[in-house]
Amino acid sequence: MKPINTTQEYQNYVDKKSPNSPILKNCFNAFWVGGLICSIGQIILNICKSRGMDTQMSGTVVSIILIGISAFLTGLNLFNKIGKFAGAGSLIPITGFANSIVSPAMEYKSEGYVMGVGSKMFTVAGPVLVFGISASIIVGLIFMIFNTQNITFV
Amino acid sequence: MEFLQNMDWMQLLRCFVVGGLICVVGQILIDKTKLTPARILVIFVTAGAILGGLGIYQYLVDFAGAGATVPLTGFGYNLAKGAIEAVKESGLVGAFTGGIKAAAGGIAAAVFFGYIASLIAKPKMKKQ
Repeated sequence: MKPINTTQEYQNYVDKKSPNSPILKNCFNAFWVGGLICSIGQIILNICKSRGMDTQMSGTVVSIILIGISAFLTGLNLFNKIGKFAGAGSLIPITGFANSIVSPAMEYKSEGYVMGVGSKMFTVAGPVLVFGISASIIVGLIFMIFNTQNITFV
Repeated sequence: MEFLQNMDWMQLLRCFVVGGLICVVGQILIDKTKLTPARILVIFVTAGAILGGLGIYQYLVDFAGAGATVPLTGFGYNLAKGAIEAVKESGLVGAFTGGIKAAAGGIAAAVFFGYIASLIAKPKMKKQ
């Protein structure tokens, strides 16, 4: 192997040696961590259903439990470590939503419990709720328009 | 542990694979685009609401269960489904009440646990 003398050579060497490998590794980690979180959700869902809850209620219980766990893991600084390793694997499941509420809130704790924690909680969650809720209203309105004309839409 | 005997392992596998793949889509967006995580979350919720409204996401939920409902697309799907069902029941008002009603548990839990967890969190002082 040729010795590497300049930064440029080193850069070329790195580019040659590691084509796409970080993204493949990231995707693999995201895949199994994300899959695992969903599987935990599925197990909770099955337990709820076996206790006689309906689907809607079971889904709500799953969300509440997963959100609760990840909120406290974030508070204990453990979620960041999972997040660094898993990337989207912990961001995309509903755990990421809870994490996005707690981490900015923690950071701005010094600004007080109302305008610090209370308002910074929604730095990321706010937009998510705005777009999610707006989209649901639009879907509802569109459904109403089409449904009254007896066009089967869903 | 009777739920272990009743566990549908194929269902769990489908859940794992679909949930994992949805996360891989997010990972590709993170690595290949300059979108911030906040934007990706917004995109996923909105996409879930649109796919839910079109009735496409329902197939994924039937197929993968929690694999489709636990990712944030499922949150959007839940909002859209709630809005549609409320419109069927109470018309125009339902479009406004249905979404949040269906997702109320998740939103309330996120606000409540989020606030409590922030309060008990050790303030890690890092100067930026």
